[in-house]
Amino acid sequence: MSGPQTIFDKPNTYIGKSVPRADAVRLTQGRGKYVDDIQLPRMLHAAFVRSPVAHGRIVSINVSEAKAVPGVTAVFTGADFVGQVEPYVGVLSHLAGLRSAPQMPLAVDVARWTGEPLVMVVASSRAIAEDAAALVEIDIEELDPATDMERALDADAPVIHAEFGSNLAWERLVEAGNPDAAFARDDVTVVERRFRFGRHTGVTLETRASVVEYDPSERMLTYWYSGQAPHMMQFILAKHLGLPEENVRVVSQDVGGSFGIKIHTYGDDIATAAAAKILGRPVKFVADRLESFLTDIHARDHVVDGRIAVTADGKIAALAFDDVTGIGPYSMYPRTSAIEANQVLNLTGAPYLIEHYRARARVVFQNKNMMCQYRAVGHPIAMAVADGLLEDAANEIGMDVVEIRRRNLVRDDAYPTVSATGMKFDDLSHHKSLDRLVEMMDYDARRAEHARLRKEGIHRGIGLVSMVEVTNPSPMFYGIGGAPIASQDGTTIRLEAGGAIHVSSSVTEQGQGTNAILAQIAAGVFGVPLDRVKVTTGDTRSTPYGGGTWASRGAGIGGEATLQAAHALKQQVLEVAATILQSTPDKFDIVDGHVVDADGGPPRMSLSDLARTVYYRGNELPSDLSPELVATRHYRVSDFPFVFTNGAMAAEVELDPETGFVKVLNFWAVEDCGRVINPQLVDGQIRGGVVQGIGGAFYEECIYSEDGQLENATMADYLVPMAFEMPDIFVAHVETPTKTSVLGAKGAGEAGTGGAPAALMNAVNDALRPLGASIHQMPMTPERVLKALGTV
Amino acid sequence: MHETRTISLTVNGETSTNAVPVRQNLVDFLRNTLGLTGSHVGCEHGVCGACTLEVNGAMVRGCLMLAVQADGAEITTVEGFADSGRGADLRQAFVDRNALQCGYCTPGMLASALEYVEGGGVADRSAIREHLSGNYCRCTGYQSIVDAVCDVIDGRARS
Ligand code: FES
Ligand code: FES
Repeated sequence: MSGPQTIFDKPNTYIGKSVPRADAVRLTQGRGKYVDDIQLPRMLHAAFVRSPVAHGRIVSINVSEAKAVPGVTAVFTGADFVGQVEPYVGVLSHLAGLRSAPQMPLAVDVARWTGEPLVMVVASSRAIAEDAAALVEIDIEELDPATDMERALDADAPVIHAEFGSNLAWERLVEAGNPDAAFARDDVTVVERRFRFGRHTGVTLETRASVVEYDPSERMLTYWYSGQAPHMMQFILAKHLGLPEENVRVVSQDVGGSFGIKIHTYGDDIATAAAAKILGRPVKFVADRLESFLTDIHARDHVVDGRIAVTADGKIAALAFDDVTGIGPYSMYPRTSAIEANQVLNLTGAPYLIEHYRARARVVFQNKNMMCQYRAVGHPIAMAVADGLLEDAANEIGMDVVEIRRRNLVRDDAYPTVSATGMKFDDLSHHKSLDRLVEMMDYDARRAEHARLRKEGIHRGIGLVSMVEVTNPSPMFYGIGGAPIASQDGTTIRLEAGGAIHVSSSVTEQGQGTNAILAQIAAGVFGVPLDRVKVTTGDTRSTPYGGGTWASRGAGIGGEATLQAAHALKQQVLEVAATILQSTPDKFDIVDGHVVDADGGPPRMSLSDLARTVYYRGNELPSDLSPELVATRHYRVSDFPFVFTNGAMAAEVELDPETGFVKVLNFWAVEDCGRVINPQLVDGQIRGGVVQGIGGAFYEECIYSEDGQLENATMADYLVPMAFEMPDIFVAHVETPTKTSVLGAKGAGEAGTGGAPAALMNAVNDALRPLGASIHQMPMTPERVLKALGTV
Repeated sequence: MHETRTISLTVNGETSTNAVPVRQNLVDFLRNTLGLTGSHVGCEHGVCGACTLEVNGAMVRGCLMLAVQADGAEITTVEGFADSGRGADLRQAFVDRNALQCGYCTPGMLASALEYVEGGGVADRSAIREHLSGNYCRCTGYQSIVDAVCDVIDGRARS
């Protein structure tokens, strides 16, 4: 990479410093601007009638009573949108063989999951819209549902899309070496386990929300969006509503949590846009919590049969597994619902040297809500399968779980490497991270303490995970398959007349602190105090084109574009300064908002003097000088499909065998996300991520009945981690910058969620082992723990 | 269904009289009629705590109370706390500790934390966690919030 390698040592850099986020002040004063806070003149409100059954043919819909309610402006059925909205199909060409059926915002003939939107009522208030929605009469002929993913491929299972002949959406097999021969060796110990990962969901505290305004005079659609990928949404709305892309503006201001939930195409959101376009008036839709549980994408839902073979000296001889995952009745548009299974195939065992490997995934349709990408896509499954098998195997051969990792983790000096599944790795530090973890948690002393406590009837356990996390994706993730999802991002930086800079970037902010780190990078590289930087993100009209923030790419990709733009602007400013000061650019630097001599000394000229000279008094400049005080740079990862981070984590739990309750006593995470831009923000990502992982491991599950009803769709029934049950989480860093950028930052947003479940499951099994029990199903509820113990 | 009642109440020091639908909850009234969008709605069934605000000196859930029940009440929302400066040290501690990410839980979380601090709560992490267990935060993992509350209690004890 070209660029200012020395920026990190400059006195005015903010990189590596825990400076507070500018946005935080506003949000503590109730000055946030979330979508539901928007009130527009003549705005209408939408409510939806949703399918009460998991599978049913729509026989008739009668909306006349609903339409007659005073205050109701319009009622739309699925048929009303035919011709108004182009159907969408969630497939990508690089996931060969993936199939899904066309979807419309409201079901047209057949409803395929409980909660699928069927009818939309638009009225002067949400309350009136809901009143009217209750008066819509729908006659549905119930069809047999296929809800259980493990039976969805049976010959007698109801087929959800008749044209496909079965409920198989996608299948992929990955094979390396000769796993059969390796498993058959007579000098290996083979461990087999069946893992179950329940369905859970994002539970963003702010539910999905859209406000859409359409101005027919200009054919201009503006979509205020609580989401992560404005340019992707711009394309989708334009394509499916029949508008030129430039006539769609997508604005994303404050977002109350997203975690991947708000990056997909939801029927009710598209219907809201279509209604605004048809009616020529603004329409607001805010999902209530029931609608969120029923329709926000769910995640996980895998059953994995895994096998590992290890030699007596602890070397992994082979790893194999078979994964079945249920994705609901469609593959989600446009990212598809096959990515999670694909990640599981690619990432299981990735930290280790494994020569012989076989993995198969089958992705099946079922009559439940759709499953798609949520924080740490596929990672919790991949890590729990590999490290679950590894720790069980270690115990089987009588080896310590740290030791067996040391014998199998790819050496820190071995990179670049290619894994059995073809993943390219570089700049990882598994051994260093594990060493740091063991030291931080005082591993040996803790083991000894547990042995002592066990004699007193106190059952504690320790579990670890060594992991990788996919971050900074290149075009190989989505773009290659035809998705309208940018992998490059851009930043424009402008010197203002007052000497401040304005940063505008295509990555987005959902609370991670994206805006803050862009400001830190720009301030340090360009040379102004942090409070002289303003940042704009989340507006397709005013930012460069790009992908947004997902897959832990905001810092690594948006950050590098910002670094390059700041560096470019600095060179441009120094050229102007050199002309004014009658010297050459290399003689100057910019420090604290002033042009200074490169070798030190007092300020020669303030940036505001320079900018005002250019903007107001161009007559003072030579006529052949064309000053440009704005610079734009774009960046994409080109040498690798992804930039991986790595980490090592450990959990300590205490188990009550009487009640089945497990308390997480401690959690430690060592993360190598390359260059750390703001340690406090990174630690916040890791802790928040770990707690979501604890949720998946112990509490969170979307419980469906046999006939496809979601039985716990309230926050009282669907358990999420609350403050009291959560431990303090100790975080440490190993910094191995990626060579793919000058900044050297990899992502950090998902490791906690991806790794914690594996460590927690291993810890519970460590506590259970002396009691002759084990558990490989998440969430590990008290009931399941008691079942594992055989007491219920 | 559309029956209304007229109520008078004082919100953040300003008194107003409004006709409200009898079925409207307090937080919807504050957000939609008075434009006080700082109080958030996360569940509308009393679990998440995003709508927590002060009514007659007690922290309550704005989604579990009807607007008509607030007739004659004194109400303070996050906007009111910010305007009056009450809890300024707590807000500053939230910023310093980055005790918020998306900020959606923050107004309710601040209200519950303020209740703890003003009620003489001690800097005991487990007690703070217990007190805040009616406020859901999906982003932070809670640790930084507990840190912030401890800082404020220590700070007030020193001064
Ligand atoms: S909105 Fe009131 S408690 Fe959730
Ligand atoms: S900061 Fe997002 S929910 Fe708490």
